[in-house]
Amino acid sequence: MSVEAGRTPGQTHRTAYDDETRARLAADSAAIIARYPQERSALLPMLHLVQSEDGYVSPRGIAFCASTLGLSTAEVSAVATFYTQYKRHPNGEYTVGVCTNTLCAVMGGDAIWEHLSDHLGVGHDETTDDGAITLERIECNAACDYAPVVMVNWEFFDNQTPDSAAGLTDALRAGRPVAPTRGADSVTSFKAMSRVLAGFDDGRADEGVGAGGPTVIGTKLAREKGWEAPSFDGDRSSATSEAGTGGATHQPQPGEEQSSADRPATTGGDVSAEAEQKKQASTDAKES
Amino acid sequence: MATTLAPVLSAFWDADRSWALETYEANGGYRGLRRALEMQAPDVVTMVKESGLRGRGGAGFPTGMKWGFLPAPDGGPRYLVVNADESEPGTCKDIPLMMASPQHLIEGVIITSYAIGCHHAFIYVRGEVLHVYRRLLKAVEEARAAGYVGTDILGSGYDLEITVHAGAGAYICGEETALLDSLEGLRGQPRLKPPFPAVAGLYARPTVVNNVESIASVPGIVVGGADWFKSMGTERSTGHGLFSLSGHVTNPGQYEAPLGITLRELLDMAGGMRGGRALKFWTPGGSSTPIFTAEHLDVPLDYESVGAAGSMLGTRALQIFDETTSVVRAVTRWTEFYKHESCGKCTPCREGTFWLAQVLQRIERGQGTPADIDLLLDLCDNILGRAFCALGDGATSPITSAVQYFREEFEAGCHTPADVLFPPERSALFDYKPRKALAGVHA
Repeated sequence: MSVEAGRTPGQTHRTAYDDETRARLAADSAAIIARYPQERSALLPMLHLVQSEDGYVSPRGIAFCASTLGLSTAEVSAVATFYTQYKRHPNGEYTVGVCTNTLCAVMGGDAIWEHLSDHLGVGHDETTDDGAITLERIECNAACDYAPVVMVNWEFFDNQTPDSAAGLTDALRAGRPVAPTRGADSVTSFKAMSRVLAGFDDGRADEGVGAGGPTVIGTKLAREKGWEAPSFDGDRSSATSEAGTGGATHQPQPGEEQSSADRPATTGGDVSAEAEQKKQASTDAKES
Repeated sequence: MATTLAPVLSAFWDADRSWALETYEANGGYRGLRRALEMQAPDVVTMVKESGLRGRGGAGFPTGMKWGFLPAPDGGPRYLVVNADESEPGTCKDIPLMMASPQHLIEGVIITSYAIGCHHAFIYVRGEVLHVYRRLLKAVEEARAAGYVGTDILGSGYDLEITVHAGAGAYICGEETALLDSLEGLRGQPRLKPPFPAVAGLYARPTVVNNVESIASVPGIVVGGADWFKSMGTERSTGHGLFSLSGHVTNPGQYEAPLGITLRELLDMAGGMRGGRALKFWTPGGSSTPIFTAEHLDVPLDYESVGAAGSMLGTRALQIFDETTSVVRAVTRWTEFYKHESCGKCTPCREGTFWLAQVLQRIERGQGTPADIDLLLDLCDNILGRAFCALGDGATSPITSAVQYFREEFEAGCHTPADVLFPPERSALFDYKPRKALAGVHA
């Protein structure tokens, strides 16, 4: 598979789309812009759209976004470089992300990372020579109960080991279909994924499971034990913690425990924030 | 009386095609919307206020009160924006909720929008969960086909559009004003408050920003009433919540229970600690909440009790670490996360998290100096409360609390690497032989 060169000396980025591509991207962009009250909101999905075309946020893609939305290319680049999912070099067919945030790292994510990096011969944000895999260390992906977690093109591969992750990448590089633990029936390409993230449904929502084991463990345990939330018609006998049933006579006020305004005021901004909240609270009292 | 589980949102997550509209309706879905549309909008706000529902995204701000902060209608648009950017380390409740039963959220969005007079709602979901995004797009279309979204909803004359928007990878966009900037097509950086989003939010219009679980809890409140919701939980922390157990626990996963349940009770349900090992430390609500230890097993997990014990309930992300785990390693990794995710707008956070990471990395390598612990605490003091948003504050929480409870481990970092004190292979779920020195992991 060929991958467009990024900043390889002697090679240049393609500078423009041909007419047909441009017309297609323009139609897609119009559909994106129509979803929002103000067109600039279309920029993030449009950058996903650019990646669905070029496999990264290309200079011509940035120029296209800028001209479509009436922005400068600098303004578009400023946004594109802020978000980690926008790639500044041509991405592999599959982004393989190993969670190495604390929980996954401790449970084995570091071991998976070490093994995969050796196995593939690439480091963070680097792509294998065949263009198949871009390897990344990723942050928490909200699946800690399935740790250690690997994501492939942002589909969940739960409860991984170094061997399972290496086998996964071998299959991807061999072009064999790979199924996530929780997700569609097979992993799609980076470009196809990017098109979905631009808001163009690929019709695969009904594929795969609704939940994995850890997600439903409480649901099943409760059913097994006969534990239920109080029923809607007034049965309040179950599931009430000790301090429970008293009516909530206290109305918590802004700035109480857990609020960011909980800390002592240290600057003028703090004081006026508090004043603002008090003002809002009194407005609120008047309304209710 | 021991607390038991109380599945409301999670009641049918194991059903066949749990995400489908017909499954949701077969389990009582959209009764809340029908009831809400028969009520006056302000009465829905009052009902949610009276339920005592507090924000499930971490801060615990009363949800109904937030709605009440919107100024009186001026004829212009007002917006609901759902924060589905779940990224706080350890937090893993909204993503499985939206994958398993997205209609809970969609019905909540419609009811909430009706209550606050919004006609265009947004769901900002992080971009790193492809299948969840697919499920949300489909859920909106199913709701539209059933007449729950669009014009003249269920013949009420009320109109609503819902746009599901995918982010692009930035933890900071979970901060509500950064999220709004991101949704406007900008770099996701927090805004100075005031004005609060209620006054000038999305496109500078009155806006409510709520967490997924908060909004998903609204239909139940409308059907069951405020007293039903208050029959669960404690006096000031009412209702049900998802408790997400992860780490060195036998059966990690989602446990939906009344607020006020304890970790001891939850651990019992989850089969105890892995291999019977001892609990060392845990987070009550994600990495930004100060850590707890075994002495906090009986702290009721409600906003007040956790706060009184020196932490925050946060997102109920219970990351559990046993005696094999180096607290220095854990805290260093979290700090690297905050360093990576600091948006760079405020100097104390941008520079401070870099300093913190460098100092912690040398402690983890066993190359700390005797002055490093004081340096860490001084840095934390210079970050806490000195930035626009809470990211910097959150970065200090694991450090100051870990030094409080495990100072000797940081002192040991002056002479012994963390992976010598606590060989990482003992913490992992499988056998392996570490092949790189610690420095390699951070390179």
